[in-house]
Amino acid sequence: MNKLISLTLTAFLAAAVSAQAEIIGDPEKGAELWKDCKGCHQIGPNAKDRIGPQLNGIFGRRAASIDGFKYSKSMTRAGNDGLIWRLETLDAYVANPKALVSGTRMSYRGMKDDTDRANLLAFLRANSDNPADIPEAEPTAEPDYPHLDPEVLKIEGDPAYGEYLSSECTTCHQTDGTDEGIPSITQWPPEDFVIAMHAYKQKLRPHPVMQMMASRLSDEEIAALAAYFEALE
Amino acid sequence: MTLNRRKFLGVAAATTAASLSAPQVWGMSSGKPRVVIVGGGAGGATAARYIAKDSKGEIDVTLVEPTRTYYTCFFSNLYMAGFRTLESISHTYGTLAADYGINVVHDWAVGIDRDAKTVSLAGGAKLPYDRLILSPGIDFVDGAVPGWDVSKQNKMPHAYKAGSQSELLKRQIESMPQGGTFAMVAPPNPFRCPPGPYERISMVAHVLKEKNPTAKIIIADPKAKFSKQALFQDGWNRHYDGMIEWVGPDFGGGNVEVNADEMTVSIDGEVTKVDVCNVIPAMKAGRICEMAGITEGNWAPVIGHTMQSRIDENIHVLGDATNQGDMPKSGFSANSQAKVAAMAVRGALTGSKVFPAKFSNTCWSLIDSNDGVKVGASYQATDEKIAKVDGFISKVGEDADLRQRTYEESLGWYAGITTDMFG
Repeated sequence: MNKLISLTLTAFLAAAVSAQAEIIGDPEKGAELWKDCKGCHQIGPNAKDRIGPQLNGIFGRRAASIDGFKYSKSMTRAGNDGLIWRLETLDAYVANPKALVSGTRMSYRGMKDDTDRANLLAFLRANSDNPADIPEAEPTAEPDYPHLDPEVLKIEGDPAYGEYLSSECTTCHQTDGTDEGIPSITQWPPEDFVIAMHAYKQKLRPHPVMQMMASRLSDEEIAALAAYFEALE
Repeated sequence: MTLNRRKFLGVAAATTAASLSAPQVWGMSSGKPRVVIVGGGAGGATAARYIAKDSKGEIDVTLVEPTRTYYTCFFSNLYMAGFRTLESISHTYGTLAADYGINVVHDWAVGIDRDAKTVSLAGGAKLPYDRLILSPGIDFVDGAVPGWDVSKQNKMPHAYKAGSQSELLKRQIESMPQGGTFAMVAPPNPFRCPPGPYERISMVAHVLKEKNPTAKIIIADPKAKFSKQALFQDGWNRHYDGMIEWVGPDFGGGNVEVNADEMTVSIDGEVTKVDVCNVIPAMKAGRICEMAGITEGNWAPVIGHTMQSRIDENIHVLGDATNQGDMPKSGFSANSQAKVAAMAVRGALTGSKVFPAKFSNTCWSLIDSNDGVKVGASYQATDEKIAKVDGFISKVGEDADLRQRTYEESLGWYAGITTDMFG
């Protein structure tokens, strides 16, 4: 009797997991898209680190956590700050790697199509060692990343206003671009700056201080800061 | 900070100006609005730099600071454990004078005439102001710890103003006999740098663990809880097991008497012979605030929107000396408040645009090598006070990489804030 219940429960859970897998995307189509990745990454039995780290069990793994692989400073920092590869963070990273991890060495411009990304992630998940441990595929997870109205990227920042606002940044970040312990934020392309700040604001990028700072900046204020810091020599 | 030629000239110019300051009223000729700032720390130096920088010469800025070399209180605990040199936490005012055109006057402000709007200096000069900014930091409440007053500070140092006191305490810790006892008398709230005493305990334990592993540390504390308590106590257990005894008010930590001649500490009537006694007494606003008559109780109440004194609208007060609301008394807070005050002062004197005040604070503390933690929050001004909006704190059980990164971040912050203060 107990065994029967247990079997039923297992079947139910399996069904639930497979239902979630469907929400992500089609792993077979994802396998096609994987061709873009496999020049640098391996996945599956005997996968090894190549130009990029191997991706078995990527779901639930902390960023920059494979021993012996030489990650960029930015990726290491993101991992230390608590970036975990979940559905939404992987989706964000594949959509626009530099928006999530500014200094990543992954030279990939990003996969813009939502369905393609969903399929690729379904493929990656199918190749995970332990799919049952994969955090739920949240049906509410937005495919876009970060959730930005295209109008937000078009806002012309006022550098004078940005200079005023920058005084909150310069307690830690140096205006001459010094980068020790605290990253440099000068001379970034404004779009990257805006996307990064919104990623903090939406709590997709980790780091508690930056999430707090970004949380109370308006779209105009972020644009103003981007304009100001871009122009700093 | 290295002293290059330009900076040296800046110091020399400021020095010459000060030495010529026979009793006279300055600044009569320029016709520009005049701002006098008393205190060259995280509040005063930042305010001076931002007003000078952003007013582009339209405002005459004078910074009064008695010491020529300023030692930051933040990171002075790290100095005691050998993580920093004293030189690396020392700063001078040469760049503010040379590059920002600030009149740096090395003298004591000894009186303020709020009707005449002048500041008297110990050297005899009187400085007229249109707006005055007071950022004097803290002084100690007389009689706060029975048996201790400032005349005992060479036997029982407070080391809560950095510099020679920090050097003295470091020497005392290093020359403790094997198996000796270090005692700290911790202050009641509110006080400068809420995690400071406990970071100091961590740094003392770091030194003793290496040089004097059988030594003991006792903290007599009048407070039932303290900043980052769970993080510190977890760290003390991990790094310094059994070395540190914290005596809270339930066990008489608030009932303390010291005897500097006998080197004894009495906690709830029980007398202990100690080798080092670090007395951090109750604090109040730097004395000049009291002299100016802008204090209520121990602190100077201010309006959060502008950091103006609630008693005199021509005076702004910054940092530790203020009673402003929810912000902790920290260098970061003072720096943040200074920028709001600088904007308000420029707005009042030159009509420049004034934006709504925003404040923030983060306090990093080091528990042991590469084991850093932090706490922080953002704030906004309300009519009633500066009110907390949002905050965060490190968690017990974070991995070593994150703790190391947090420590490295604090090093970056130190470089950032001191550049923001001194240019």
